[in-house]
Amino acid sequence: MRSLLMLSLLLATSSAIAADINITVGIPTIDASEYHRPYVAVWIENADQTVAANLAVWYSQKDSKEGAGSKWLADLRQWWRRSGRDQAMPIDGVSGATRPVGQHQLRFDAGKPPFAALKPGRYGLVVEAAREVGGRELLRIPFDWPITATRHLDTRGEHELGLIKLDLNP
Amino acid sequence: MNARLKMFALAASVLLPLSAHAHKAWLLPSETVLSGDDPWITVDAAVSNDLFYFNHVPLRLDALAITGPDGKPVQAENSATGKFRSTFDVHLAAPGTYRIAVVNAGLFANWVEDGKPKRWRGDAQGFATEVPKDAKELKVSQSAGRVETFVTSGRPNEVALKPTGAGLELVAVTHPNDLFAGEAATFRFLLDGKPAPNLAIEIIPDGIRYRDKQNELSATTDKDGQFSITWPTAGRYWLETKLEDGKTSIAQATQRRVSYAATLEVLPQ
Repeated sequence: MRSLLMLSLLLATSSAIAADINITVGIPTIDASEYHRPYVAVWIENADQTVAANLAVWYSQKDSKEGAGSKWLADLRQWWRRSGRDQAMPIDGVSGATRPVGQHQLRFDAGKPPFAALKPGRYGLVVEAAREVGGRELLRIPFDWPITATRHLDTRGEHELGLIKLDLNP
Repeated sequence: MNARLKMFALAASVLLPLSAHAHKAWLLPSETVLSGDDPWITVDAAVSNDLFYFNHVPLRLDALAITGPDGKPVQAENSATGKFRSTFDVHLAAPGTYRIAVVNAGLFANWVEDGKPKRWRGDAQGFATEVPKDAKELKVSQSAGRVETFVTSGRPNEVALKPTGAGLELVAVTHPNDLFAGEAATFRFLLDGKPAPNLAIEIIPDGIRYRDKQNELSATTDKDGQFSITWPTAGRYWLETKLEDGKTSIAQATQRRVSYAATLEVLPQ
């Protein structure tokens, strides 16, 4: 009870003083005879498409008879090219297990890494998904930094991704 | 055709792409951009009319040379040669870029002995001992051919791409495993380690069987041996260039044929 109180106090305090970034990644229901959860990478790209920050990488943490889960990371083609191939997996605080169908929330504090390090300018939120025996999809939401006003941006995928939302709160 | 002559014809079809039957020699890796802790690839090697279909003869693996990301040789595994293709596996034990090449260099001689035509293939040392000094109507030509491809596990590097200084070689201004549809790639050609200007480059996309035209892309190298190409679509491409000159290693050879062919994979955006 006490810890819950502390947590809500902490949340209230942080939202009062710091801007935040809420990202929603929708993983759609796919009617497939063989369904595997998609590999998903979420990152911030600079105007020249280099990677400003990795926000999330969801991939199979387990070895299967087909090899280590990391074997299929290159299927996230753009992420692999822009960042993945330079990383030693897992990435602390970024990578994790694959997620089920549903809406997944990522919340970042504008005053903390990695957003605190962003210089003013135009960026893109990029979400890429690749599914074993399925397809691949990449979506971008451009946004300006820093956050000067509340913005609710979104885009919708056509097959591997559902609704992607970027909520920026000053 | 006796077995020896057959072997010669086979060798000639690989080594002399300038001949009337301009077959295409290629190495086709199962993947070119890999992730994971312990990746392997398998490679098909063939000489064919169409890309990339096994419909003529296998590419012999005697001169196969795989260079690892540290510049050291890597052994091919599970090699086999069948009716139409050779195949082998490569264990990408260390991260980085691997250069997989079949490099053929040799001398061809033909002459008349007791009224019958004689043919010989070998190296300069063999020429001195195996071809008669008094051979009649002796004609000698030299060839230097490179057929190669590139694969990368993890982060690409450049060590394996270092030119050897022999024959025609591609220098990667754009890394050969960093090719994407709609983007331009720049390469430089060297001949014996020096820039090769005015070289005609032909690039043919995969899947000839399912279209009516070759759909070849053409380019010419500039004074620095450099050219750029913008990839129209994702897929595998076969790049070829060749030339003839008189830079032979033995005085009896009058002509040298130099050829280069590479298989490149272009990924979608």
